[in-house]
Amino acid sequence: MKIFTASFRYFLLIASSFVLFFPIVYAFLVSFMTGPEVLSRSLIPSQLFIENYERVFRTVPLLQYITNSFVVSTAVMIGQLIVCSMAAFVFAFIPFKGRNVIFILFVSTLMIPWEAAMIPNFLTVQSFGWLNSYLSLTVPFFALAFGTFLLRQHFKTIPHELYEAAQVEGLNRFQFFYKVVIPYSKTSLVTLGIYGFLTTWNMYLWPLLVTTNDSKRTVQIGLKQLQTVEVATEWGVVMAGVVIVIIPTLLLLFIGQKQLQKGLTEGAIK
Amino acid sequence: MQKYRVEKKSTLWRESKNVRVAMLYLLPSIVLFSIFLFYPMLRTIYLSFFLTDAQGTAALFVGLENYIYILQSSQFQKSMMSTFLFVLYTVPTGVILALFLAVLANEKMKVIGLFRTLFSSTLGMSVAASSVIWLFLFHPTVGILNSFLGLFGINSIPWLLDPTWALISIAITTVWMNTGFSFLILLGGLQNIDRHLYESARIDGAGYFYRLFRITLPMLSPTMFFIITITFINSFQSFGQVDILTRGGPAESTNLIVYSIYQDAFINYQFGTASAQAVILFAIVFLLTLIQFKFGEKKVHYQ
Repeated sequence: MKIFTASFRYFLLIASSFVLFFPIVYAFLVSFMTGPEVLSRSLIPSQLFIENYERVFRTVPLLQYITNSFVVSTAVMIGQLIVCSMAAFVFAFIPFKGRNVIFILFVSTLMIPWEAAMIPNFLTVQSFGWLNSYLSLTVPFFALAFGTFLLRQHFKTIPHELYEAAQVEGLNRFQFFYKVVIPYSKTSLVTLGIYGFLTTWNMYLWPLLVTTNDSKRTVQIGLKQLQTVEVATEWGVVMAGVVIVIIPTLLLLFIGQKQLQKGLTEGAIK
Repeated sequence: MQKYRVEKKSTLWRESKNVRVAMLYLLPSIVLFSIFLFYPMLRTIYLSFFLTDAQGTAALFVGLENYIYILQSSQFQKSMMSTFLFVLYTVPTGVILALFLAVLANEKMKVIGLFRTLFSSTLGMSVAASSVIWLFLFHPTVGILNSFLGLFGINSIPWLLDPTWALISIAITTVWMNTGFSFLILLGGLQNIDRHLYESARIDGAGYFYRLFRITLPMLSPTMFFIITITFINSFQSFGQVDILTRGGPAESTNLIVYSIYQDAFINYQFGTASAQAVILFAIVFLLTLIQFKFGEKKVHYQ
């Protein structure tokens, strides 16, 4: 009986993984297929046809796009870590009159969908002369209510004795912040870092609006472009592009999955 | 919350030290929120009362006419209808699928870590990449979905070509994309449930389904509520999958609200009516988030 339920559970696990993971595996397989193979709806490539990968780089300036995405995602990640940890420090350690009002102000930003504010934001970055620059792709995303709350939750677990001890040691508040609080909260900073990098790397609508030429375009927009250029003829090439775009985030996710799950659960539920 | 007793000779300047230091730390957040969230939101509401020129400058005050215009336009009505249908397709399916996977992956078993990783993998997939892959799977000639259905004797489905199916296709893509995140959060919620509850239930001889419906699901309800709200909000904000898979077609059947805003503003340069639609989107998301705070908080305390 026990063996039966266990094998039934394994069966369900394997079947669900197959259904969910199939599109990703299949994209990977198609990226090694020749044109005729794709047209005949093959499942497995007959050989490792790597020319698709070479052609991706010839069709669109993919290397440029990848560099852009890396610069933008890393910059947003660092910016968010700095801006959010500073704000979180206040909400955890510096009491003052009116702090709750500001906290509510921060909470209220969660109710504004980015898409509802995008028209004036586009006009703003346009008037700043930020179109086709890294600035428009990074700066608007540095402040993040979710990140502030996530870090605040963790900062609050720091024992108050530690704060007092630091004061006895003669550390001022800023020293306490970067010598004690930041190292103590490494885990939640990593969570926020992974989260920030993932979401920025995967951003679509905003880069579509603010980049109009190859110099600052991100990989996601490059993918759309590749698909429009190549779609009718070479799906293998398009899928090679897809694989290149998803590998960094999938790797990051696989490495940081446990961490991310723990951090996100804490941020979401508590 | 600790209080500081400042010495007797405290002046206003000294008393305000905390405020000044706090403001310094909060400054970046407040400035950025003001420029990129609060100001644009007010500006969107303002623009929604105006006719604008192609540069987005308010040219003529028209009051509520933009709203009256869009509410009466068949295009917007259709867009709203598609959006609601889309939400109806994606939210229950997405949540139930993620719950099923989370319950399945919550047991302690060999190689369960591998399955958890596979189930959460779509969290690393971008909208663009996911949409391109599904565009391929749905394709009328090279798409493998129809050949798969053919194995079961099911006729080919005109996935992206038929108005009804196109919306369903976008919904399938969206549910697939959201599964990773929902799964991860629900699994976290499941793992937070106190083990002792199960042990005492087992001693009382409770069966699997009794434990599932009497312990797991009630204890999971705050997390469930959170995921339902997030899925709702995400559905209303879908854009990339529409842009890549159908561009709002066929016959505007997939012209979801954000795509409609995008088209009005950045293709037709109708910033006024686009802003009115953005205000409506804002109202919907605002309401959903408010409900989440009101009820979500209560349930967490209850637990």
